This record gives sequence, structure tokens and C-alpha cells, in this order.
Amino acid sequence: MNSATRNLMQVTRRDFLKAGAAGSASLLIGFYLPAHGAEATGETFAPNAFIEIRPNGDIHLVVARSEMGQGPRTSLAMILAEELDADWSRVKVEQGDLDSKYGDQTTGGSLSIRSSWDPLRQAGATARAMLATAAANTWNVPASECTTRNSAVLHAKTKRQLAYGQLAAKAAALPVPKDVPPKNPKDYHIVGTKKKRVDGQYIVIGEAHYGIDTKVPGMLYAAVARPPVFGGRVKKFDATRAQAVPGVRKVVEVSAVEMPPLFGEERKENSGHQHYLWGGVAVVADSTWQAIAGRRALTVDWDAGAGADENTEKQRATCAELVKGHGKELRKIGDPEAAFAGAAKKVEAEYELPFLAHTTMEPPNCTASVRDGKCEVWAPVQNPGGLGAALVSALGLPASAITIHVTLLGGGFGRRLNIDYGVEAALISRAVGAPVKVQWTREDDVRHDYYRPMSHHRLRAGLDAQDNVAAWLHHVAAPTTDGMYVGGDVADTGGTELAGVGLPNGTVPNYLLEQSFLHTAVPRGYWRSVDVSWNHFAVQSFIDEVAAATKKDPLELRRQLIATKQPPAGEGGDEKPVNLDRLRRVLDLVAEKSGWGKPLPAGRGRGVAALYSWGTYISQVAEVTVAKDGSVHVDRVVVAIDCGQVINPDMVAAQMEGGIVFGL
Amino acid sequence: MDAISITVNGKAHAVEISPDTPLLWVLRDTLGLTGTKFGCGMALCGACTVHVDGEATRSCTTRISAVAGRSITTIEGLSPDGRHPAQLAWIEEQVPQCGYCQVGMIMTTAALLAKNSAPTDAEINDALSGHICRCGTYQRIRAAVHQAASKHAPAIAAPKKAATGGTR
Repeated sequence: MNSATRNLMQVTRRDFLKAGAAGSASLLIGFYLPAHGAEATGETFAPNAFIEIRPNGDIHLVVARSEMGQGPRTSLAMILAEELDADWSRVKVEQGDLDSKYGDQTTGGSLSIRSSWDPLRQAGATARAMLATAAANTWNVPASECTTRNSAVLHAKTKRQLAYGQLAAKAAALPVPKDVPPKNPKDYHIVGTKKKRVDGQYIVIGEAHYGIDTKVPGMLYAAVARPPVFGGRVKKFDATRAQAVPGVRKVVEVSAVEMPPLFGEERKENSGHQHYLWGGVAVVADSTWQAIAGRRALTVDWDAGAGADENTEKQRATCAELVKGHGKELRKIGDPEAAFAGAAKKVEAEYELPFLAHTTMEPPNCTASVRDGKCEVWAPVQNPGGLGAALVSALGLPASAITIHVTLLGGGFGRRLNIDYGVEAALISRAVGAPVKVQWTREDDVRHDYYRPMSHHRLRAGLDAQDNVAAWLHHVAAPTTDGMYVGGDVADTGGTELAGVGLPNGTVPNYLLEQSFLHTAVPRGYWRSVDVSWNHFAVQSFIDEVAAATKKDPLELRRQLIATKQPPAGEGGDEKPVNLDRLRRVLDLVAEKSGWGKPLPAGRGRGVAALYSWGTYISQVAEVTVAKDGSVHVDRVVVAIDCGQVINPDMVAAQMEGGIVFGL
Repeated sequence: MDAISITVNGKAHAVEISPDTPLLWVLRDTLGLTGTKFGCGMALCGACTVHVDGEATRSCTTRISAVAGRSITTIEGLSPDGRHPAQLAWIEEQVPQCGYCQVGMIMTTAALLAKNSAPTDAEINDALSGHICRCGTYQRIRAAVHQAASKHAPAIAAPKKAATGGTR
């Protein structure tokens, strides 16, 4: 998600700048805090978009990122509660609808905590300062003598205290102060501790509300027949049999629509982008099952799309051919071809990875109500902003006429950055003049995903007489993902060392990274870890090939590669140089904790990887047994991770556990 | 269309619906019991698991006509207060991530524990192998099943009568 992530970051920066230009409270909190002071709504204290303190002491915190298991509804609320010095047991978390007052709401690129950290700390600290001032004014003491703890302001000298609820009305009448310093991290008592998920109890009793659980008055249910070939279109259809299925109300065509880029990027005219909703035929009924049964009874004639002549074998052959030549040069250091040609020893390998669907446990669905010039949707999406823009474009309504409620997501993994199913639901609702829930089946999901791109990697390493890596050449053949949305052949190497620097990019004297582009009608999207899973499968595997060819220990070879020099700043979304010291430390830690080098029983071995991904440094050692029949069993995986400031250690552990299973 | 009689969480319902309708969609769309989830529609993922006369059953491939006159328990009726041993253990072990599959996991676990109060790893694997969790919470699930079996065992021995159904 290189350009995508850059765009996410740019959106955030743009909002900061806008806020600064508007001259509101401060650059950081400007777009979160109303320019004209606190909003007093009765006795409630709501100093900004994220915090509301009620007279009874309840604290309502708004989380405006999407919860799909990675935990923002808990961890972002923890950041607010920490700075607010809130009583965590009185915190209630609410999901924010799409609203510019929350800033960027996209949930992707491992950015939710990283990009929310400063603004949420500021929002919490500002509210805490106002509550302290309200108490100080009440007692007629200097605010500097007041401290806060557990939803109360204390004045130690006089042993007085007032609960936040008691102060809500007074605090609401105060102006919003500027530049309140956030807490010193050494005083944290919420951030960095294991807090249970705020949604846990609702989940285990079946009352957590996912998109699929939406029910609104007068709602109908729809299933959609979509093109059997990517890029196909409806030619004609016969709804006679479908109409005869009990419960079927209407059968309507969903027209194809051009979709804007996902993250508000600029797109040139005639850019060659492939971002369309291809349309289909919707069967609208009184229940989900009747809609599915009605769809089975449909007869649709399709115009085959651009992908009609494609197949997996052809795609693989094309990629295998492409990597033999030269591609678009993404990064070149030294003279890699000459260094390779003159190398004392050469290692070569090729790796292939397939298109992969996300298969979230909750299949795509969306409920939409488009009536009377207004559109309201209940959507399990990671990208409500992108959905809003796409609805403006598809419906021809102003943004002010569109309301987007974000539900819980039954898994995301990047699939729900795409908002095709939301646009589809709105078009169907408009066509039938009633609220409609469009339910995808699992088959729909697998057939019409935006897949992790297939890729073919050719790697070559040239070793000098001392077996040092003198040249490293990596040629990727893959379709562009970013380019599908914005047009053109765009390399997808954003979150990794490949975009910038790291292992081994930048650490070997002669380096070449190039990409050739497979042109395909298969839609591509952002899968968990985005490009890291496919690029680093090849890179890390090839490091092991080099280790084997030089009889070096694979972990030691990685240490040697990152011992060379500190590379320059990268070109990815993170814009910072990869910090090789942090990478080295996770490698050292995983070596220690895994017992690297210690003897293992016959048939059992260890493998290691170490890399930088989306702001995080990580190393893993897998212990694997290969049975006599050749079957492989992963016995144990040891993870060392440095993700910077940890909000909730249990959530980080859960992400590692889940990520490993996802990878397997 | 004749009405089909089913008992859900102790409450009798007469449902007028096509007899080939899967139990899952009757629960979700007709009765409004949305705790039971749709994952695959082919009994391959376990998200839709309910109890039919105490047996863990995939509701997505169970026709409503096949459960006429039978007693169905969904997550909404598993315990009156959300404190079934499995539910307690699921919270203590912080099992759920997105949580979408967990209701099915809990229903199968409850059925397992009703028959086997101290399952081994192998028995847990066997009972839950038909369930998929895309977030990858499997190791916490196994730990939670063990915990439900040991720490909360007395509650399993004397299950409380399920409350009437309906979403809260």
C-alpha cells in the first residue's frame, strides 16, 4: 500500500494544515476541538469530538477507527482514558459515524494507533486540564495545585476532591486551553497495561453488532448475481422464475459505475485505472434465504469481460517470462549486474505466490437506505471515508446527504478497505425505494474479492571470495495494486524495506530491485500485511538460500547483513530510515528466547526471519518437524517484536498469535 | 404454507416459512436472534452452530423442516446471565479478536463439556476442528475450553434452565 499509505498520511497532514489555517486551538488538536470552545449540552462536558462526561460520572469515549479484532475500540479508548485520568470501569466506548470532526477514519496500514496517538493524547489532556481548572475555580485554589486520578480532581493540601461528573457542567463553560502538555509516560497506569476488550462480553453472549446484524424498519434483503468473469457486464436477464420464488419482491439491474480511488487520491483523466463496480442483477426479497433462492432462479446473459481470455497458467507463464528481462527500476545501488557477473559464487532462485482472497469470517454485506435525496448506510467497512466519496460519485448526492454508520467488522484484513459492497447496497436501495441489506454468500466473497496480487520473484546473489554478499538482485513480476485505483503501473512495496531500505536493500554494496507488471483484469487489494507477506516470503527465503550456499548460519547471516551500515531514509509511507539497531535487537532477542543453535531431535529444525513492516520490527523463529511421510508440522513459533509504544500488551500478543496462524 | 413448530431457547414458535429454509435464516431473519452467525452456508466453518436437543448442529445446512418439534438453543439462551462456564473462560482468556466466529465455538464447547467434563487437547481439537477462526485465536480457544472445564466445572454439572429467547 505504498501510495495508499502515503495518501493516508497525507490526508492526516492535510487535515492538520487545514486546522492550522483555520486558526483553531492548536495545530494538533485543532480539527478535533471546536474553534469556539466547549460545547455545553446541558450538564454534559463534551470538550471535543471524542470525549463526553456526564453528571453521573459515565465517560463516553468515541472511537472513530474500525474494530475488526485488532482492538482500536479498546486501545484508542485507553489512550484517551489515560490522558483524561478516567476511571476505566466507567468508560463506555461508542463507534463514531463518518464525520470530518474525527479526522481520517481509515483503518489500514497499521496506522490506527500510530496516527491517533498524538491527537488523542492531546484531546484527553486538554479535557483533564479543563476539569482541573473547573475544580480549582470551585475551591478558589491555583489549578497547579490540583491533581487528577480515577475520574476525580484532588486538592492534596486541603484533602478535597470532586468527581468528574460533578465538574461536568462547570468544565463545559470554560474555554478550551491551547497546548496542554500530555502526561509523562512514567505516570501511565492505563496505557501499557492489559485491559480486556470492551466488546468481549457482547461477543460471548451474541450481542455484538456486526454489519450482518443490522435491521432497520421496512428493510428488504438482497442477493446479487455478479459477472462470472472479472470486468464482465450484464447483457440481458430473465427474472420470470426468480419472481416466482416466494418472498421475492423485485429484481433489478445494478448498473456498472466508475469508482473513485480508495483514499482520496488524485487520478488523471484516462489513467487506465480499473476501479469499477461491474454491476449485476439484484434479487430483493423478504428474507436473506428467499433472496438467495431467487438469485438461483435467475437467468443472466453476460458480456464476458476483459478477463475472459485469462487463466492461471497463462498468468504464471507471463510472469516467468517477464522476470527474465528487465523491469521498472525501483532502486539501484552500485553496479549490481557487473558485480553479479564478476562474483566468485552465484546463487539464484525463483518464488511464485498466488492470488489470495481475504475470506473474512463475516462475508461482505451492507445495509443502505436511499430515499428522499438522502442516503444512510450501516456498513462493516475499514474505509468509511472512501465509501462516502464513492457514494457521492455513484448516487450524485452531496456528502452532507450521506450518513455512514460503521458497525463492528467480522474480520477485515484489508478486504473492507474496498467499499464496493456498500455502493452496491445503496444503488439497490435507490432502485427499490426501500432500505435493503445486501448479503454476500461465501462463494460471492471468494469470487469477487480484491485479491492479494500473485507474484513471481527472481532473486540473484553474487558472493565474493570471502562469501560476502556483493550483489543482490530482485526482480518482481506482479500486477500493480495501487495502479488499479489511480491508474498506471505503480510498484507495491510500500511498507517494507523494499520501498526504502533495510534487509538487504541498502545494506549490500550492489543492489537492484525492479518490477515488471502483469496486466490482468483480476481485481487486487490490500491483504493482511499488504505487500510484506509476498515480498518477504521471497526475500527471507532467499537469504536462507544464500546461507545454505555459503554454509552460514541463517540467523548469523542476517546479523551480518544488517551489521554493514545504516541505510538512508526510505521511500515508503513511514518516511523514516529503517533503524537497523531495532532490527538487530529483535533478532538477538528471538535468538535468545528460541534457544537458537541448541540441538533438536531428528526431523526437527528451526527457521528464522527478521524484517521491518509498517512501523514495526519483528523477528520470528519457527520450530518445524518434518515427519517420515514428508508432512510438515509447526511445533512452535517464537516472536520478538518492537512496535514502539505498546498500548495494550495482550492485544499485541493476540495480533502476533493471529498473524502467525494467518500466515500458516 | 403450513406453520412449522420449533422451540427456541425454551419458547415455542410457529413459523410459516418454506420448509427448505435453513434454520440459520429462520433464527436470524424471522426470529431476530442474530447471535448465530452466517459464515459459509455449507457447514464448513462452524459460525452458525446451535444446539438441537443438546447436540451441536450447523444451522446453515439444517432445514427448518428437519427440526420441527425439536428444542433449539442458541447463544441467546445458553445461559440466563451470560455466565456459562465457556463464556466466563472466553473472557478470562481474552479469546475473541473480531469475535464473529466465537459464538459458534462457544456453542460447540458447551455441547462438548456437557458430555465430557475434562476434555483432553485431542478431544478439544476433535470437537472444534470443524470451526474456522480467521483471526487465528485457536490456542486461546483451547486454553479457554480447559479453563471452562476445570475452573468453572461446578456450573457445568448443574446447568441452569435456559431463559426465554429474544435479543436483549
